[in-house]
Amino acid sequence: MNLTLKIWRQKNANSKGAFVTYNLEGASQEMSFLEMLDYLNSTLIGKGEEPIAFEHDCREGICGSCSLYINGRAHGQDSKSATCELRMSRYKDGDTIVIEPWRSKAFPVIKDLIVDRSAFEKILEAGGFISANTGAAPEANSIPVPREHADKSFDAASCIGCGACVSACKNASAQLFIASKVSQLALLPQGRVEAKLRARNMIAKADELGFGSCTNTGACEIECPKGISLAHIARLNREFLKATL
Amino acid sequence: MSNFFKASIGRKVLVGLSGLFLFSFILVHLTVNLFLLAGQESYNIATHFMTTNPVIQTIEPILAVGFILHIAYSVWLTFLNQKTRPQKFLKVDQSKSSTWASRNMFVLGGLIFVFLIIHISNFWYKLNFTEIGYIEHGGEMMKDAYTMVASSFAIWWYVVIYVAGAVLLGFHLNHGFQSAFQTIGLSNEIWRKRWTVIGNFLSIVIAAGFSIIALYFLIKHLIS
Ligand code: SF4
Ligand code: FES
Repeated sequence: MNLTLKIWRQKNANSKGAFVTYNLEGASQEMSFLEMLDYLNSTLIGKGEEPIAFEHDCREGICGSCSLYINGRAHGQDSKSATCELRMSRYKDGDTIVIEPWRSKAFPVIKDLIVDRSAFEKILEAGGFISANTGAAPEANSIPVPREHADKSFDAASCIGCGACVSACKNASAQLFIASKVSQLALLPQGRVEAKLRARNMIAKADELGFGSCTNTGACEIECPKGISLAHIARLNREFLKATL
Repeated sequence: MSNFFKASIGRKVLVGLSGLFLFSFILVHLTVNLFLLAGQESYNIATHFMTTNPVIQTIEPILAVGFILHIAYSVWLTFLNQKTRPQKFLKVDQSKSSTWASRNMFVLGGLIFVFLIIHISNFWYKLNFTEIGYIEHGGEMMKDAYTMVASSFAIWWYVVIYVAGAVLLGFHLNHGFQSAFQTIGLSNEIWRKRWTVIGNFLSIVIAAGFSIIALYFLIKHLIS
């Protein structure tokens, strides 16, 4: 099939960047979205042009590195799936596809479609860890964890740190990401101890880094490839209130 | 405590709590308005009670504070949120991931504010600060608020503005209600659905309730 691709090109972090339109012939519906971009890049290399830089690694929805804003939606039109899981069978011959990098003050573009997501690392450094000394491994039955807590914590832990929540949010808020980390740790006994401080410090860091504040539109939950629930944000808010009031 | 006011969530909590307070006021307001349908005497007695009862009179300034907090903090938060994405996306499609009202709370709030000004100058100001007619009910003289309202609702364009205000308010509350509970942390998988259903129901009741009363008076005027 033939496609018209409007893709953001930007030389480096300091240059201005602009959209470039490519007419791609011969893409197939059997390709994945990223394979389609690989194919486009091979044609660019063939013509002696610079290939488009985009991030990818596992290509099976577990690493969180792929990060494209496609036709107005984070990770493309499918809800709860990553860019690498998007198939070209979702498009038809003659389609125009707009491909942009994540855009927010806290995620500056480094090159083309690649952004610097180290702001997430900084939020984690502010509280996304357990410093309680847990000593040697105790007898497993001495610290019972309710099944419900374990399940919810595990769900929260499935966040892959992709940043789609920030992109999908009209306020570029990182609340869903922070909430997933806060919930993951707060629901387990060792993490419970520092839950309040963690929430307070991670929120303070996110504010400082220029992420927006949540207005509960819920767009993040829909676009999150892991379907992290808004209920975790409610828990984050509770922990924050306990820490500050 | 200072951490609370410094953080984005703290400001949001103030918007949410003041919003819920204003929501309860709207419900009381609608209840009083329903007396309009019961007739002149019922409504005038209800208004007389609202304007003279000492408890209500003490709540009035608190209500003003609620409005100011809600507006000031939303404006501030919106202003800060405007700066989080200096380079906008070329194409944005949020229609599948969020409701229209949730994305337009600030615009809705702004329009409701305009309506509020019109409404206050037209009703509350007139009732409290201008000389309107008196009438006797049950041996007591009181302001004839009923006739004042009825004459306003006889003007078609005023009814149009009023109904528009009620509908905008309905959309604003539709998102605001469940959003407030989420912000103060009183939500989870199950309760979010419940708050949404309750919010949907109450916002429709509020939008329809205020509108129907205004339309009732307009139609009554047109056929008499
Ligand atoms: S919460 Fe979801 S969208 Fe946000 S970073 Fe984690 S996996 Fe990505
Ligand atoms: S490439 Fe690893 S999640 Fe998409």
